[in-house]
Amino acid sequence: MSIDTKTAAHVAKLARIKVETSELPALAQDFSAILGFIEQLNEVDVDGVEPMVSVTPMRLKRRQDVVTDGNIQDKVLANAPDAREGFFAVPKVVE
Amino acid sequence: MSDLNKLTIADARDKLRAGDVTSQDLTTACLGAVEGSGVLNAFVHNTPEIAMAQAAAADARLQSGDAPAMCGIPIGVKDLFCTKAVPSQAGSAILAGFRPEYESTVTQNLFDAGSVMLGKLNMDEFAMGSSNETSVYGDVISPWRRENDTARLTPGGSSGGSASAVAADLCLAATGTDTGGSIRQPAAFTGIVGIKPTYGRCSRWGVVAFASSLDQAGPITKSVRDAAIMLEAMCSHDEKDSTSADIAVPNFEAALSGDIKGKKIGIPKEYRMDGMPDEIEKLWADGTAMMRDAGAEIVDISLPHTKYALPAYYVIAPAEASSNLARYDGVRYGHRAKLAEGDGITEMYEKTRAQGFGPEVKRRVMIGTYVLSAGFYDAYYNRARRVRALIKKDFEDVFAQGIDAILTPATPSAAFGLGEMADADPVQMYLNDVFTVTVNLAGLPGISVPAGLDKQGLPLGLQLIGRPWEEGDLLNAAYVMERAAGFVSKPAKWW
Repeated sequence: MSIDTKTAAHVAKLARIKVETSELPALAQDFSAILGFIEQLNEVDVDGVEPMVSVTPMRLKRRQDVVTDGNIQDKVLANAPDAREGFFAVPKVVE
Repeated sequence: MSDLNKLTIADARDKLRAGDVTSQDLTTACLGAVEGSGVLNAFVHNTPEIAMAQAAAADARLQSGDAPAMCGIPIGVKDLFCTKAVPSQAGSAILAGFRPEYESTVTQNLFDAGSVMLGKLNMDEFAMGSSNETSVYGDVISPWRRENDTARLTPGGSSGGSASAVAADLCLAATGTDTGGSIRQPAAFTGIVGIKPTYGRCSRWGVVAFASSLDQAGPITKSVRDAAIMLEAMCSHDEKDSTSADIAVPNFEAALSGDIKGKKIGIPKEYRMDGMPDEIEKLWADGTAMMRDAGAEIVDISLPHTKYALPAYYVIAPAEASSNLARYDGVRYGHRAKLAEGDGITEMYEKTRAQGFGPEVKRRVMIGTYVLSAGFYDAYYNRARRVRALIKKDFEDVFAQGIDAILTPATPSAAFGLGEMADADPVQMYLNDVFTVTVNLAGLPGISVPAGLDKQGLPLGLQLIGRPWEEGDLLNAAYVMERAAGFVSKPAKWW
């Protein structure tokens, strides 16, 4: 499968990664090579095979729905690039 | 005593317990070796103060007689593990400055056992790579060189810093992680031992996530016995990882009987690849003969879907990576791009991620985004998960036939030169994992054991694959292989 620059730009947008227009042709070429490699999977007969969910058959554990942690606001915010008044700060989202 | 940094864990343990050396002696020797190893670029965040404090505590514990096997042993920690208050960047610019407020379960287990952390080890960015050339810290250089050649070689990846550090005797052992071969391939490239345990053996809590259904931690060591000792200390059931197995961790070292009489070793015909170098072919045949001579029964087996493992992996791993790496948004930790006048939150995300991620990570995140996007989810992602089920069934079928372990080459070649793959398309690099990736897809334990040198004097490894949860038996088979192969070569010191 060949990926065009329009598709590459769309994927970059979905992934929230800024890609300069000049870089799109090379990116599209890489995608085409990788997806071409992946196309081999179409040779496999997968009729009636369930997609694997968990490699180890296990039932995920449950626990009581109660608070087990907390009061660590300073730790949560310690690595934030911009934290103010106990919050993560970001550019204005709603006009 | 000199050269304490060259000891194995087992020898160091015995000397520590006998009172012949102290952990502070060992740690001082290793810190000296680390200091002189800058050119290898293996250690990227040194923690000598932590190391000396831990060594002093370990010595006190040894004196009191309450000392587990790992007590006082100086190790390196792959940068993928979150270590409290110590930089933990996963080899990425996007986590620049990140100092976790918590400790990963695996490193906590090692510290509880008395291990000493010398520092953090270089790796491919987010563990995405097979040559340690995608790291924000720069390439790791292998201590190995081709005969009469000073070209810089890759130690493999993604745990390239771990492999280079252990092979160069900068530390006694190191932690690694393995999503598609990232412990076993670098171990094979550098003439040492690396084991990836069964999925669920080691807690993933606090290990920066790449592909959560494939990621497992494991040790990179100088011997199979060391791998057994260190793996046991790393494993535990952990309520903080919902996929962590709630089963007892056995004494792996006790499983090293050296006896594999009557065990059935499978040789999968699908691993005989077109164009496989003669040396790899011969190594594999020699390894097979060693197992036969040790009393094992050699059985030809078939794993029919092997060919589709790599393409399935390159759907599943990027898909999971694109989801896991969505958290790097410039809000909660790490890098945030400087914004221009009028930039909103979307520009903040896009610029932050464009600046923070390297080319290979971007490529994989975007491939993952594509295969999960509307209209392609079934064609790519669900198909790959179906193929993965078939790959796992291949292994279940041969184990049901009574096969105890499977013997394969660890890598399709010896280590290559740094930069040699720069012009190849990404798929060429992915082929490095052709023999290891099946094991991650099936969740099985796999170990790489050094078994010989190629004609240029570089190490080659063999891989043994075991039944789920039977790491003890697998380590024992590897122990037999190690003794039979008698691999003792070390890189000549040039750094």
